[in-house]
Amino acid sequence: MDAQFIELTAGNIAFLLIVGFIGGLVSGFIGSGGAFVLTPGMMSMGASGVVAVASNLCHKFPKALVGARKRHKFGQVDIKLGLVMAASASVGVWIGAGFMESVRRNHGEAGSNLYVSVAFVVVLTLVGLFVLRDALQMMRRDDADREQTHRFAGWVQSVEIPGTMMTFHVANVRVSALFTLPLGFATGLLASTIAVGGFIGVPGMIYLLGATSLVASATELVIAFAMGLAGTLKYAMGGFVDIRLAMLILLGSLFGIQLGAIGTTYVRPHTIKLVTAMIMLIVAVSRALVIPVYLGELGVLAVAGPAAKLLEGASFAFMVAALAVGTFVIVGAMLKGRQLPTGP
Amino acid sequence: MDNDAKKPWGKLIATGTVTAILYTLLFAFEKDVMASFTRTDGMYPLLPVAAAFAFSLSHGAFTGYFWDALGVKARPKVQERSDDADAL
Repeated sequence: MDAQFIELTAGNIAFLLIVGFIGGLVSGFIGSGGAFVLTPGMMSMGASGVVAVASNLCHKFPKALVGARKRHKFGQVDIKLGLVMAASASVGVWIGAGFMESVRRNHGEAGSNLYVSVAFVVVLTLVGLFVLRDALQMMRRDDADREQTHRFAGWVQSVEIPGTMMTFHVANVRVSALFTLPLGFATGLLASTIAVGGFIGVPGMIYLLGATSLVASATELVIAFAMGLAGTLKYAMGGFVDIRLAMLILLGSLFGIQLGAIGTTYVRPHTIKLVTAMIMLIVAVSRALVIPVYLGELGVLAVAGPAAKLLEGASFAFMVAALAVGTFVIVGAMLKGRQLPTGP
Repeated sequence: MDNDAKKPWGKLIATGTVTAILYTLLFAFEKDVMASFTRTDGMYPLLPVAAAFAFSLSHGAFTGYFWDALGVKARPKVQERSDDADAL
């Protein structure tokens, strides 16, 4: 076993607990989050990339399980939709991992990092702007508490392909599997590339299938559980899981995910979209900042030394800021929501 | 408020104790745990998965009771925030 396992210091433990808590809070609320800070964070502590990814996955699936159970109690999880999506997502992860491997083999570590960062920037910017626009439009509407089915999802639901139609009762959606399969596949593909499949899965379930943001973000936890479990097993077979790191993150993240899940019952529907969009766009900026560094490593640009260090530091700061902003909005929305009238 | 009597103090303490024991064992036997949990032969790769389930079971329950005990609960049946929306 050639994996590198690190000595734990008080600073490292504090980082894992705090980022674990905040990542959990965001995950409980929008269905995913935290991985984009935790993985590079563990690598900066000295863990190798593969150990960081493996340990992150090992905390992700139990966290998603706890979050999914909690939100299931609130009637927000469509288990059938989650399992159907997870099945095709697994194929996406498998093919995506193979593609990543071939990029690394042909273009080296810098080429692989460049590919991941470009994928981050393109996907998160496009989808993030789309979600943000929708959230802002919802906020301006008089009936802001009613989430309308997007016209594209309306068209998808109207397509009848005999023998392929599936009904998802919690999501209150009837669509052809020919739409859910590619969406799940894309979620898995993105998960294997940038480790956060939810950034495509949640908007996909909302805008392609017509699920509400509450159901989409809750159902994403089922997909995250399935993919996290499969990924952990795969990495454990290579001896790469650092159980100490995984369980320390879990220690903080389970406090967070419970709180995030509770938070979804206090906020208006557009808040989930708003937080998702803000985090996606800030993370996109973060990854855009390191693209010149990887281009420098490939010899395309003259970026190295202090400039590269500065860009990498700024990139990490933006990722931390993404979680901080998300936390601020979630906690603020919860506090505001608690003042609203409740039922009997 | 008599709410305090309904708070799950017993369950909080029980699940918290189990969680504390699990974490204590993990770090008290850190070297042995790491040696076993990173073995790739036989059924050893299942150890991290089994541990993650065990920790999430007790710690997941503990954190649930924790917020409950603090009074941070889900909004009881969201009654029309739509008060205003329905009026339109």
